[in-house]
Amino acid sequence: MKVPITIDGQMVRIDSGAPIIDAAKKAGVVIPTLCYHEALKPYGACRLCMVEIIINKQRKLVTACNFPVEGGMEVFTDTAKLRNIRKMIIELLLARCPDVSSLHAIAKQMGIKSSRFKKQDSTECILCGLCVRFCEEVVGVSAIGLVSRGIDREVATPFKVASDVCIGCGSCTYICPTGCIEMVPDKKIPQMRTMKMGQHSLNPCINEFQCETCPIEQGFFEDMRLVIAEFRNN
Amino acid sequence: MNIEKVDRILEEHEYKHSAIISIMQDVQGIENYLPEDTLRYISEKLELNLTRIFDIATFYKTFSLTPRGRHTIRVCCGTACHLGGASQNLEQMKRTLHIKEGEATDDSMFSLETVNCLGTCALAPVVMIDEDYHDAVSPSKIEKILSSYHSESKRL
Repeated sequence: MKVPITIDGQMVRIDSGAPIIDAAKKAGVVIPTLCYHEALKPYGACRLCMVEIIINKQRKLVTACNFPVEGGMEVFTDTAKLRNIRKMIIELLLARCPDVSSLHAIAKQMGIKSSRFKKQDSTECILCGLCVRFCEEVVGVSAIGLVSRGIDREVATPFKVASDVCIGCGSCTYICPTGCIEMVPDKKIPQMRTMKMGQHSLNPCINEFQCETCPIEQGFFEDMRLVIAEFRNN
Repeated sequence: MNIEKVDRILEEHEYKHSAIISIMQDVQGIENYLPEDTLRYISEKLELNLTRIFDIATFYKTFSLTPRGRHTIRVCCGTACHLGGASQNLEQMKRTLHIKEGEATDDSMFSLETVNCLGTCALAPVVMIDEDYHDAVSPSKIEKILSSYHSESKRL
C-alpha cells in the first residue's frame, strides 16, 4: 500500500514499511551513509544517515536506512541538530581512522577541518560490517565475522586463523569503503594471491585470478565504480 | 571433548539455532572452557556458521576460549567496587597468584578475570570465586580466602 510522506517539504508516495532512505532517493534527497548498500539488508551501524521525523506529533531521531515509513510522516534531513550529530560521528571516525581518504572527503563536504578528539593508533576499519554482511548474504560463506565487543571489536576469521571456507572471491576487498582489506601476492606460489585483512589471511583464489572480472588483472574496481556511478545517476 | 557428550547436549536442546548460548554454557559447564574442536563440531551439526558462534563466544565475558583453572576468580571492577578499592584487591590477587588477568596459574588451580558488575553492589568490593560471593574484600583477606580453596581441593 502506498502512503504519502513529506521529506524536506517534498511530498512522496511510497510503500508503507519501506525504509526512509528509499523515499529520500525517490524525492532526490541525498542522505550521507557509510554502512548502507543497496544489495544488503540495512544494518544501522554508522548512524550517519540519522534523520529527524515527526510522527504522531512527536519528534524523533532515527536512522533512515532501517526505519520503516508510515503514512503522514514528516522527515527532515538537514536540521541544525542533525548537522551536529553527523559532525560528531565523522570526528569520532576521523579520530579512529585518521588515514582514510573517503572519511576525509565526507568531512570536507561537511566543512570539518580536523577532529577535536585524540587520534588513536591508526586502523582503517570503521566496523561498518559491509564485508561481513556481503560475505554472509551475497557470497553465502560467512568466512569473516565481527568478534569481541567494545573497543576490542574487529573483523576476523573464526579463531583468527586462515579461513577454511573462504573462496577467495575478493568481494570484501571491493565492498570495503575504506580499503582496509587487500589482496596481496602470495610469495610462495606464483600467480596465487591472498586476501589480507589485518593479520588474518583469507584463502588464495582457486581460479588463480584468471577470471575475466579479476580485480587485480583487469582493473575490476575501476570498472565497477563506473558501473555503479552510472547506475546511481540513472 | 567427548563427542557423545556434545551430542547429548545438542539433543537436549533439539538442535535449535536459538539455543546456541545454552549449548555453549553446557559445554563450558563440563569443560570449563570452549574447546575449538567442539565449537567446530557444533557448527557442523547445527549447520550454523562458525563465524556466528565465534562472535557469540567472544562477545560474552563468561565464555572463555582458553582453558581455565579449576576455580575461576572474578574480581568485580564496577563503580561501587571500584570506589571500595577493587583495584588494590586485583593487584594483591595478581601478586599472590603470580598471574595477570585472563591467565591461569601454572598448577591450573585458579584463573583470574575481571568483570564490570556482579549485581551485588551493596556487598562491595566483591570477589566471586566459582559460585561463591565474597563480600567486603580487602587485600589482607585475600590470602585467607584463597587458602580455603587450596585446602578444599586437597581434601577432595
